[in-house]
Amino acid sequence: MLRVCWKGAHAAARVSCYLLERSTAGKIVAASLLTVGGGLGGTILYAKWDPKFRANIEKSVPYSDQLFEMALGPPPPPLVPLQKKPGKIEPLQISSLSEASKESKQPKAKAKKSDPEPVEAPPAVEEAPAPTPQTLEERKDHHEPALKERPAEEVSARLAQQDKAEQDALAALTAGLEESLGSSAKTTLQAIGAQEAALTAIATHTNKLKEAMDSQTHPDEKSTQWKALNEALSDRTRAMEEAEEALLKAKGELEILRGVINSAKQSKIDAARPQILAAEENLHSMIVDLDKVVTKVQTAQTEAKIVSQYSELVNEAKAQFQQELANITPEIQANWKGLSGKLSADDLNSLIAHAHRRIDQLNRELAEQRVREQIHIEAALEQQKLEDQKALERAVASALEHRREDMRLEQEKKVQEVREVMEAEMRTQLRRQAAAHTDHLRDVLKVQEQELHEEAQEILNSKMMEQETRYRRLTQEQLDTFTLDMNAAYARLKGIEEAIDSHVIAEEEARKAHQLWLSVEALNYTLKSAGADSPTEPLEGAVGVIKENCAENEFAQALTSALPEESLSRGIYGEASLRARFYDIRRLARRVALIDETRNSLYQYFLSYLQSILLFEREQVAPPVKLAPEDLDTFRLLAYATYSIERGDLELAAKFINQLRGESQRVAQDWLKETRLTLETKQVISLLSAYANAVGLGTTQAP
Amino acid sequence: MSEKELGRKWDRCLADCAVKFGTGLGLGIVFSVVFFKRRTWPIVFGAGLGLGMAYSNCQNDLRSRYVLHSKVAKYFSFEQK
Repeated sequence: MLRVCWKGAHAAARVSCYLLERSTAGKIVAASLLTVGGGLGGTILYAKWDPKFRANIEKSVPYSDQLFEMALGPPPPPLVPLQKKPGKIEPLQISSLSEASKESKQPKAKAKKSDPEPVEAPPAVEEAPAPTPQTLEERKDHHEPALKERPAEEVSARLAQQDKAEQDALAALTAGLEESLGSSAKTTLQAIGAQEAALTAIATHTNKLKEAMDSQTHPDEKSTQWKALNEALSDRTRAMEEAEEALLKAKGELEILRGVINSAKQSKIDAARPQILAAEENLHSMIVDLDKVVTKVQTAQTEAKIVSQYSELVNEAKAQFQQELANITPEIQANWKGLSGKLSADDLNSLIAHAHRRIDQLNRELAEQRVREQIHIEAALEQQKLEDQKALERAVASALEHRREDMRLEQEKKVQEVREVMEAEMRTQLRRQAAAHTDHLRDVLKVQEQELHEEAQEILNSKMMEQETRYRRLTQEQLDTFTLDMNAAYARLKGIEEAIDSHVIAEEEARKAHQLWLSVEALNYTLKSAGADSPTEPLEGAVGVIKENCAENEFAQALTSALPEESLSRGIYGEASLRARFYDIRRLARRVALIDETRNSLYQYFLSYLQSILLFEREQVAPPVKLAPEDLDTFRLLAYATYSIERGDLELAAKFINQLRGESQRVAQDWLKETRLTLETKQVISLLSAYANAVGLGTTQAP
Repeated sequence: MSEKELGRKWDRCLADCAVKFGTGLGLGIVFSVVFFKRRTWPIVFGAGLGLGMAYSNCQNDLRSRYVLHSKVAKYFSFEQK
């Protein structure tokens, strides 16, 4: 930019130098043209670069904006700061939604949890209240009706409850009984079966043993026989053991059953009695069967014992004979089979002799034995008789026992039936009695209540009526007399008071008004003391007097306090002096009309003076009713003000002067202040005097 | 009285102008005589200097009401937590 200017200048200088050598006039013209052109170009170029400079030139030099527009185009628009958009919308709603959903889930879960709980609670546990205390209570109620009478519904409800409880217990009991019965029956049957198996095993064993004893068989078969015998023996022992076990188990089950029956008996529920009896019968029969089987097994066992004893004896004899034989013929082994052909005649003879001797011996023994046998048999018979007797006694005793048991059971049954019947009968009778009693009582009470109620009501009503009438009459009389007296007295008093008051007030008012008027007159007088160019005396004194005189008059007080401070302390200027001053102000304002904040150099001052000299206008112009913006020109305003002043309207003039601006305003400041002060004070004083006049008029009494 | 102020200012202005012009002239004469071999230009220069100063003073006085006085305020920073 600068370089361009510089180049322009250089070019101008060169051209001017070049031209200097030609003619001077032409030179001068050319030089001046060049300078002007250079200046213009430089200005335009700089304006293109700096828009502020362009704006300045456009403002100060007229028609430059058109030139610039032609040369450079329209001015650039002023920068407008970008407005930022307001803050982002925050996604609050999503979080609130999630919270709401969470909260709704929780009460659902809670509701679900609480639901199963109450379901468990309702199945009420039914305890069986003992029926006897209930019946006792009912009887007590009937005997003492004064205490508390149960209504029929409650009784029946209780009974129903009782029955239900009984039935529940009964059901439980029967179930228990049946269960134990079943199990005991099973075990008993098992025991019986086992015992019978043992019986058969013993029988087989004994038979086998007998067979083995009567040994006319072949030796080979003998060994097999002995083997079979052993097997039978082992069978028998095993069967015996099994039978023992089963017997024990059965006995245990029977004991359990007995215990259950006893507990059932103790629960004392009548309806269960037949079942209990049946259970007892079953128990009894099972016991009987078991005993029978056991006795059978015992007899079989004794038989087997006898047979085994016999077999032992035979074996013993055989062994003895073998031994004797061995003694006689030691060299011969006891093997008769391989003996043919080896025996000599001596041996044979000795053997035969031994055999004969043995036979003799045996015959003698046999004879002896026969004799002894007789004795033995008799002894044995005796013993047997004894044993039989014992067994008989035992059997008789057990049969007796069983019989007794049966009788007892039957008796129990009968007692049970009778009791049931009686219970039912008693219950119905009691119920009937209770219902009848409650009905009767209710009726009687109702009737009594009615009668008493009516009586009492009647008495109450009559008494009330009497009292009321008497009371009303008395109060009315009293009120009437009192009202009359009071009215009369009050009226008289009022009259007297009013008369006095009005007098007093009137006098007072008159006095005050007089005083106020006097003081306001004094104040007015002080206003007149203004000199040509000096202010009045300070108004303090007169205003003080006014304040003193009407201390209780609010309006006057307010007005006196509304007076400006300056007027009180220093006094105010008179209207004449203000008017005179005004003309000075006017002259000065005209002179500095052009000076304000922007234009205040000496040159402007010179221009302003020039303007005031050269501008011709009317001194006084009538102000319009409404001020337009073109009326706010200094000269116009001054003309309006002068007009107003000449007509004596200080206030309007002050208003116009207030509209001045710039240096003119500053110049007129003091005068304006003084004028304001004077106008204020005058206004207040005129108000006061008007008020004093009004008050005075108001209080004067027509003669 | 605000109307008298302007008058006072003008009085001061003129007095000041006279003084400065006189002083400038005097100094110019002195300088011209002493240093510059009785040339005219220092005298003219001095007078012009004086007049110029007087003008400037007068202008400042007359516009003193409208001039904005500014102060450069120190920068304090308070750290608040």
